[in-house]
Amino acid sequence: MNAISKKLRQFEMERGLPATVIGIKEAKLAFAHVSFSLVALLIGGLCGLLQTMVRTGVIPEIAGVGYYELLTAHGLMLAIVFTTLFIFGLLFSFLGQSFGRFEDFPRRLGWVGFWFMILGVILVTWMVLAGEASVLYTFYAPLKAHPVFYIGLVIFVVGTWIASGAMFRMYADYKREHPGVHPPLQAYMSIMTALLWVVATLGVAATILFQLLPLSLGWTDKVGIELSRTLFWYFGHPLVYFWLLPAYIVWYTVIPKIVGGKIFSDALARMSFLLFLLFSFPVGFHHQLLEPGISAFWKYVQVVLTFLVIIPSLMTAFSMFATFELVGRRKKATGIFGWVKKMPYRDVRFLAPFIGMLFFIPAGAGGVINASHQLNIIVHNTLWVTGHFHITVGAAVALTFFGTAYWLVPLLRGRTLTSAMNRLGLVQTAAWTIGMLFMSTAMHISGLLGNPRRTGPAAYFKDSLVADWIPYHVAMAIGGTILFISILLFLYAMFQLAFRTPKGTEEFPIAETEEEAMATPLFFENWKLWIFVTFALIAFAYTVPIWHMIENAPPGAPGWKLW
Amino acid sequence: MHIHRLEKIWLIFGAAMLGVFLTIIGVSAFASGNQPPSDATLIDPTKVDQTKPFDKPGLKKIDDDRYEAIIVAQAFQFTPKDMVIPKGATVDFLVTSKDVVHGFEIIKTNVNMMVVPGHINSIEYTFKEAGEYLVVCNEYCGSGHHMMATKIKVVE
Repeated sequence: MNAISKKLRQFEMERGLPATVIGIKEAKLAFAHVSFSLVALLIGGLCGLLQTMVRTGVIPEIAGVGYYELLTAHGLMLAIVFTTLFIFGLLFSFLGQSFGRFEDFPRRLGWVGFWFMILGVILVTWMVLAGEASVLYTFYAPLKAHPVFYIGLVIFVVGTWIASGAMFRMYADYKREHPGVHPPLQAYMSIMTALLWVVATLGVAATILFQLLPLSLGWTDKVGIELSRTLFWYFGHPLVYFWLLPAYIVWYTVIPKIVGGKIFSDALARMSFLLFLLFSFPVGFHHQLLEPGISAFWKYVQVVLTFLVIIPSLMTAFSMFATFELVGRRKKATGIFGWVKKMPYRDVRFLAPFIGMLFFIPAGAGGVINASHQLNIIVHNTLWVTGHFHITVGAAVALTFFGTAYWLVPLLRGRTLTSAMNRLGLVQTAAWTIGMLFMSTAMHISGLLGNPRRTGPAAYFKDSLVADWIPYHVAMAIGGTILFISILLFLYAMFQLAFRTPKGTEEFPIAETEEEAMATPLFFENWKLWIFVTFALIAFAYTVPIWHMIENAPPGAPGWKLW
Repeated sequence: MHIHRLEKIWLIFGAAMLGVFLTIIGVSAFASGNQPPSDATLIDPTKVDQTKPFDKPGLKKIDDDRYEAIIVAQAFQFTPKDMVIPKGATVDFLVTSKDVVHGFEIIKTNVNMMVVPGHINSIEYTFKEAGEYLVVCNEYCGSGHHMMATKIKVVE
C-alpha cells in the first residue's frame, strides 16, 4: 500500500466508512443519474431500430414521425442524454468511493443539477417528437428549430455545470483538508473529465445563446454560419473525449482489480488524463476540413494538434496490456501472449469492457483516417463516419458502461450481482458485439462506396450504385435488431439488479498501484497552470481563424425550417 | 519522472511514427498542393440569383479541356441538372447555397465538399473515365434531403 492509499484508508476510517462502500445519500444521487440514463438508452435504442426499418423500407413512417425525427431523437438520446447522465452518475460514484460522504451543500447542488438536466431533456424531447426540431443532434445553423428546443439544451447544459461545480467543490474541500496529499486517482480522473466537459460546453453554449436562440426567437434575422459551426465543433470533438475518459477511468482503475492485478502506474495514468485535457480542444477543424472560409493552413495546424492525443492513447494501451501481462505472468502464463488464456472472460465486469477495448483498436485507426488532412475527403459525411462512432462511443464506451453497470447498479442499491445476472450479462455482451459488428462493418464499407450518412430512404434515380448499397442497409437493420435485443436484455438485468437480486454489499472493484511504480509528482495538482495551458492552446489554434471569420464575415444567412 | 523502459521504447516509436505521418501529410499539403477545399470567396446568400457567376448556373468552357461548372445548391436540388462533360476534361466546380448547408459529393470520385450559405466553395476534378456520375447532397438539409441529387454524364 503506498502513501496515498494509506492516507485515503485513514481518511475513510476517520469517517467510519469501509473502503468500498458509498454512503446511502451519495448512492441515491448517483443512481438517479444512472436510472434516467437507462430510460434514454431505451428510447434512443428504439429510435435507432425504427430508423433502420424505415431506411430499408420494412416499415413506412409512423404517425408522421419520419426518418429525420427518428434520427434526431436517436442521436440526442444516445450521444447526449444517455452518455451524459450515465457519466455524471459514474463520476458521483467515483467521488463517493474516493471521498466518503459528501457535504450537504455539494450533494444538494448535485440534485439541483440533476433536475435541471431532466427538465432540459423533457423540453428537448417534446420539441423533437412534435416535429419542431428535426435538426439532428448537431443542429447546424441556419436550420431553425423551435426556441423551446434551444432553451431545453441550455437548461440541460446549465444542469451539467451545476453538477460539475458540486464536484469541483468536493475536490477543493478534500485538497484543503489534506494538504500535500494527492487526491485518489479516481477522483483526479473524475475531476479532469468534468473540467473537460465544462470547458468544452462553453463553445456550444456560446453559439446557442448568442446565435441560434436569438435567431429562433426572431430577435435577429441573420446568422454567421461558419462561426456557429466552429463554436459547435470546438465543443464537438472534446465531447468524444468526455465520453471516452470515464471509460478510461474504468480501464485504468477498475479492470486491473477485476483481473487480479494492479494499476501499472498512478503517475502515468494522471499524465495521460492531463494530456487529454490539453489536446482535446484545439482540434475542432478536423471536422470542418471540407468547409469554405477556413484557411488550409489553420486546418493543418489543428490536424497536427489532433494527432497529439495519440500519445496518451498509446500510454493507455500500454498500461492496459502491461497490467494484463503482469497478471498473466503471476498466474504462470508463458510467452508474449500467454496472458490471453488467463483473463476472466466469464466475468461480465471484465468481458464487456475488454471487448470494448478490442473495438477501440480499429476505431482508433479509423479515427486517424478521418482526421487526416487529405484522406478525410474520401470518407467525409459518408456512412463510414457513422460506422466510426458506432465502434467508438457505441462499442468501446457503451460496452465499458454496460460492464460497469453490472456491479455499480447493485452496489448503489445495496444488492448483489448474482451468477444468473452475470450469465445474462455475458449473453447480452455477445449480442451487442455481434450486432455492432454487423452494423459498423456495413456502415464502414458502404461509406467507402460513397453512401452518404444521415440520409433517408434514397432512390437517386434508381442508380445502379444505390442497388449496391441495399445489402449493407439490410445488414445494418439486422445489426440494429440484435442491438435492440441486447438493450432489452441489459435493461431487464438492470431492473433485476436494482430491485430484485439478494441484498448485500457488492464489491467496488478498485485496484492499488504496482509496488515498484514511481511516486506521483505533485505538479499534477497545479490546476491553475494546466487550465492556463489549456486556454493558451485554444487561443493559439483558434484566435487567428476566428478573427478571420469575423473580419471577413459574409452577409449573414436567414434561418430556415425545411422539414 | 520515471517511465518503464518498454514504455519508453513504445512511446518513442509511436511518437516517431506520428512525426513521419504528419510530415508526409504536411509535404503533400504544402509542397504538392493537396489541400482540402478551403475557398475564401464570399457571397450574399439572399442574392445568389443576382450575383455573378451564379446568375447563370451551368457548364462553361474556359479553355481546351477546361470547364467551369457553376452550381447552385438549394433545398432540395442542384442547378443545373444533368451536365454533359467530355472525357478527359478538367472541371472547376464552383458551388454555393441559397438556403442551408448542403454537401456536394460526386460518388466514386474524390470530389466532396461542404456548401455553406455566404461562401463559395470550389474543387477541381479531371474526368478520366466516361460514364454517368451520381452527385448527392451529403449534409442533412431538411425533409427532402435524400432526394437532393443530380447526374453528370461524361462522354467520349
